[in-house]
Amino acid sequence: MLSIRAGLLEAMLEQARRDHPLETCGIVAAPIGVRTAERLVPMDNAARSPTFFSFDPRQQLAVWRALDERDEECRVIYHSHTASVAYPSAEDVRYAGDASVHYVIVSTLAAVAECVRSFRIINNKVTEERICVVH
Amino acid sequence: MSIFVTVPTLLRTFTQDQKRIEVQGQTVLDVIEYMEKQYPGVKERLIGDGQVHRFVNIYVNDDDIRFVDNLATVLKAGDSLTILPAVAGG
Repeated sequence: MLSIRAGLLEAMLEQARRDHPLETCGIVAAPIGVRTAERLVPMDNAARSPTFFSFDPRQQLAVWRALDERDEECRVIYHSHTASVAYPSAEDVRYAGDASVHYVIVSTLAAVAECVRSFRIINNKVTEERICVVH
Repeated sequence: MSIFVTVPTLLRTFTQDQKRIEVQGQTVLDVIEYMEKQYPGVKERLIGDGQVHRFVNIYVNDDDIRFVDNLATVLKAGDSLTILPAVAGG
């Protein structure tokens, strides 16, 4: 189960709609040892593509250093799908190697009923999980 | 010549949970070979066919080695090498 602070899922969706039709991306940080993901860090999509995202390596280094300084960890990696449902693509699964991370996908496709979903991806196996919003 | 390596969560099972390790080497490849001797198995998680895996980023100080000399990037004493998973998807 993903435990996340209220308002952050809405902020991801807003970012995704703003960047549409390009994919958007970012992380949510959590203090080490704390259950709830607390701090949204929007990232640049270096690929600037409607079908692919990649963190800018330099920006990622700066963000990861800040996590270290703040005793936080990357708890969630999120990105948007702009023309498909909120479910990991084959490419998502290939890159998602971290069993400790929750992978959130938001869909900006208008017809999609569930536009924010969270997954664990372990050894190429995708498992959807419940999202618990903490107020 | 001492180099300090910041190890990502994913590789800490190899380094007995150490986040920062001190290693030796003149180039990034030397450092990886040195790490492999100390922590067997780590090399294949980082490189294959003489190249850094596309899902791994390696930085020397602030520079991504892909924009310097890749594995041949030369190091000097006190340099810091950071390994991070590349984050991407479709």
